[in-house]
Amino acid sequence: MTIIEERAANPAAGDENRPIGYGRIQRKEDPRFVRGKGHYVDDIVLPGMLHGAILRSPVAHARLVSIDTSAALAHPGVVAVITGQDLLGLKLAWAPTLSADVQAVLATDKVRFQGQEVAFVIAEDRYAARDALELIEVDYDVLPPVIDVRTALDPGAPVIRDDLEGRTDNHIFDWEAGNSAETDAVFASADVVVSQEVVYPRVHPAPMETCGAVADFEPIEGALTLYETSQAPHAHRTLFAIVSGIPEHKIRIVSPDIGGGFGNKVGIYPGYILAVVGSIVTGRPVKWMEDRSENLMSTSFARDYIMQGEIAATKDGKILAVRSTVLADHGAFNATAQPTKYPAGFFHIFTGSYDLQAAHCKVTGVYTNKAPGGVAYACSFRVTEAVYLVERLVDMLAHKLEMDPAKLRLMNLIKPEQFPYKNKTGWEYDSGNYEQALRKSMEMAGYDDLRREQQEKRARGELMGIGISFFTETVGAGPRKHMDIVGLGMADGAELRIHPTGKAVVRISVQSQGQGHETTFAQIVAEEIGIPPEDIDVVHGDTDQTPFGLGTYGSRSTPVSGAAVALVARKVREKAKFIAAAMLEARPEDLEWEKGRWFVKGDPSVGKTMAEIAMGAHGTVTLPEGIDGNLDAEVTYDPPNLTFPFGAYICVVDVDPGTGHVTVRRFIAVDDCGTRINPMIIEGQVHGGLTDGVGMALMQFIEFDKEGNNLGGTFMDYLIPTALEVPDWETGFTVTPSPHHPIGAKGIGESATVGSPPAIVNAVVDALAPFGITHMDMPCTPARVWEAMQGRPRPPI
Amino acid sequence: MQIPASFDYVRASTVDDAISLLERHGPESRVVAGGHSLLPMMKLRLARPEWLIDINELFELDFVLRDANTLRVGAMTRHATLLESPEIARLFPIVADAERVIADPTVRNRGTIGGSLCQADPAEDLSTVCKVLRAEAVIRGPGGERVLSMHDFHKGPYETAVAHNELLVEVRFPIRPHSGSAYEKVERRVGDWAVVAAGAAVSLASDGTIDDVTIGLTAVGIEGTVTEAETLLRGHRPGEELFVAAGRLAALASDPVADQRGPVDYKRHLADELTRRVLRRAAARAGEAQEG
Repeated sequence: MTIIEERAANPAAGDENRPIGYGRIQRKEDPRFVRGKGHYVDDIVLPGMLHGAILRSPVAHARLVSIDTSAALAHPGVVAVITGQDLLGLKLAWAPTLSADVQAVLATDKVRFQGQEVAFVIAEDRYAARDALELIEVDYDVLPPVIDVRTALDPGAPVIRDDLEGRTDNHIFDWEAGNSAETDAVFASADVVVSQEVVYPRVHPAPMETCGAVADFEPIEGALTLYETSQAPHAHRTLFAIVSGIPEHKIRIVSPDIGGGFGNKVGIYPGYILAVVGSIVTGRPVKWMEDRSENLMSTSFARDYIMQGEIAATKDGKILAVRSTVLADHGAFNATAQPTKYPAGFFHIFTGSYDLQAAHCKVTGVYTNKAPGGVAYACSFRVTEAVYLVERLVDMLAHKLEMDPAKLRLMNLIKPEQFPYKNKTGWEYDSGNYEQALRKSMEMAGYDDLRREQQEKRARGELMGIGISFFTETVGAGPRKHMDIVGLGMADGAELRIHPTGKAVVRISVQSQGQGHETTFAQIVAEEIGIPPEDIDVVHGDTDQTPFGLGTYGSRSTPVSGAAVALVARKVREKAKFIAAAMLEARPEDLEWEKGRWFVKGDPSVGKTMAEIAMGAHGTVTLPEGIDGNLDAEVTYDPPNLTFPFGAYICVVDVDPGTGHVTVRRFIAVDDCGTRINPMIIEGQVHGGLTDGVGMALMQFIEFDKEGNNLGGTFMDYLIPTALEVPDWETGFTVTPSPHHPIGAKGIGESATVGSPPAIVNAVVDALAPFGITHMDMPCTPARVWEAMQGRPRPPI
Repeated sequence: MQIPASFDYVRASTVDDAISLLERHGPESRVVAGGHSLLPMMKLRLARPEWLIDINELFELDFVLRDANTLRVGAMTRHATLLESPEIARLFPIVADAERVIADPTVRNRGTIGGSLCQADPAEDLSTVCKVLRAEAVIRGPGGERVLSMHDFHKGPYETAVAHNELLVEVRFPIRPHSGSAYEKVERRVGDWAVVAAGAAVSLASDGTIDDVTIGLTAVGIEGTVTEAETLLRGHRPGEELFVAAGRLAALASDPVADQRGPVDYKRHLADELTRRVLRRAAARAGEAQEG
């Protein structure tokens, strides 16, 4: 039998050009996006809809003396003006955050950061609402702000959260992982110790679509429909039920097309709640869409970690231990989105990809007069900070030992036979072949040639740098016994229905913000049951249409929901066997599966395709006892462990010795996300993440002045990299499937954002080695690089 | 969506129409050309004109014409046109150098030379280019036209000699033989305002000495050109030692302010570094230039 005949015999297996299952297919959602037919929150228009606008504090810290809304109320088109005092009466002035704190929906007593919500105007149109904001008179009694996180815990520092009973300082939490005494002992006897303060400055996810909501409260039924920019519609529904008192079955959350999330759309912002309050108060639908400055100044930022890091090694380069103390700026309210037991997220994966004897970290969370948040920006719960710290320390160690940084890493990477590997802070790395990935990236880069070129250039006074980072992520949270967000276990559901004609719909609990769920999840179902991806609709984002689950962030869609979808498809496949058996008058155990059909063992010509079985299930076939007359199934997947994607990145930069300007000349990214479902989507995710990394490493920084004014409130001040700042990405991959995941997939959404900044900064520092530089903090702007070249690198904060 | 304060809008059909509209609507009216400075300012409510007078249909101001020893450029000529013109690239390579680093293609397709000059942002590139090329600005008002040197045109940050009821209609660049020019800018990201930029134009005498030279700097607080350095260079044969000295004088003349783009010492260093670079390149180009 030739290959062609074999394919003809089983069309459900597909081929390389038209894979029925995994493979490089175009995204099913793209036709509507590229034709401008996406449907975003701001595209939603309901009959009688009003528009809200938020008055925000111009100062970082002040007592609210009075608010006069009379002129705003008198403005033509204005329907209502809501203040914090009004919300106090509704018991909605304060809302719980995702981190057991409370956040002011509208300020009642004080404002605590520049941009904080003070009043909400509802008007017939956006223009009237925005104009009326200028007519609200607020009397602020300005207080000294706490801006510098390094002095925020000083005894004399103003207390930001005097709303919390008994609060006398700005301390939020201390959190530790690893063993302090053991680690200290290893450090005490180590040949070499390198210490460095490493700052990961405040950055912002800055999705192209800002946050917004349309709330539609129907008073007769007491039912709320809320369209919002949410990465986690089900979790939002539960939280809205708890906060608002509207019963959960009366709440429908719809998250339509989302223009980028990056963690920015995990939390519940005051604006969403205000839209709901506005709809209840006015009896009409209310839309609220923030503008770009509001997004940059008030919604969840990322990072803002000052990390004191240390690494210990033998003089031969065997890395022994790492330790770190971190000062974490959480802003005015602790609204960070992390699993409950992990206030510093998964920072304790800062042991990196290395086989260590000991590790310890301590993170202290601190309030400052800055916007709250600390989620986000594709950071897989602080893995970004962790990887950056350890990869900088390893490079510094290489420098101190006068050893090539690639060689040092190769010596210390966890070996394939050590997996599953238990690290010293409590993680069990599921699988990996690290050396293979690093060697592959070195080969793609032509590493030895690059080093030679660098030597020649150095001799001529040219500044060229080569930076390596090796990262291991921990993504796909739960398991739910360890991980929850406000009590909701981090598991996800999936439902699959096969219609009588063999077309299918799969309903998932996670929500795409651009990741390509409608394609990837259809491909997973296709791979399992042999229905072409184009015949499978993926429904997501609407709580009335989808099973419960915790949503999309921390690269968890494929690790968690991907598993749920694979398992639900297998359940359907198994059910199909019983129906096929009834149709074929055979015993189920005598049937065999090939992609797309069950057939009788030993007689492949006698079988039933999934479409035939679906028709049978809904038709007149006498079904076996216990088999319902459908071809549907549902599951909830609780992951047994996280997954651990990894990668090896190499960056080549050229630095202009006269101006300090950094050009990223080449970037080689080898990723291992386990089983690859759609390589094109994976590459797209990697390209985006690498570009993010260039942004963070070279230009991005939300800076504040001494008064607490946000200096990064527009895209003129907060810089997003463009195609002109990035090289042609050189991507490669290895495949080490996750052993505990039904299809071996690990998640890719954040790998490149995690892995690229250290590679770029390591390259810049390497380029500056002739100046005696061993560390500089991001962002590596021309000015900051030049300062480093003058021998005075300085932290950004 | 960022929402400006309310305003009225009218489209001008001719230059005279635009001028009479400006007269009619008074000082709270503003002309909009490419809109890339004004509209963001309006959205941030930093600018609140009552009237916008749209001059995008004044096609008569969109031209590049050579007239004997002058290159005449209409005020509504888009950045993209300037960048793509082979004649400009040949006669005034500084313009192509600068245009290549002004914003991004989207902005360059809409933004105009007139808009850039009239906005007079201290970090704006074409103002420096025009000073370096000793361009002249043709301004038309109710009383007719007047022609000003860039020195008289540019009054300071965000301020020009164009009166409220006047319109910049044309920029004239004198063509000089055996001349070369160059521009270089340091920016944090493509499309960001300059941290610092420098431009220079050099004309060589038949004996190879510098007959005339101008040096302009962007975003370091210098009005006009760096006359001390120009004086030093004039009459001498171009060379590295001279350029180093000129760079030093440019740094001394600079009076930058610290901001997110960099501290004062860095900007002063860039004034020096970039002055040397553009002098080198302008002199080399002058050496290669055959005619005007």
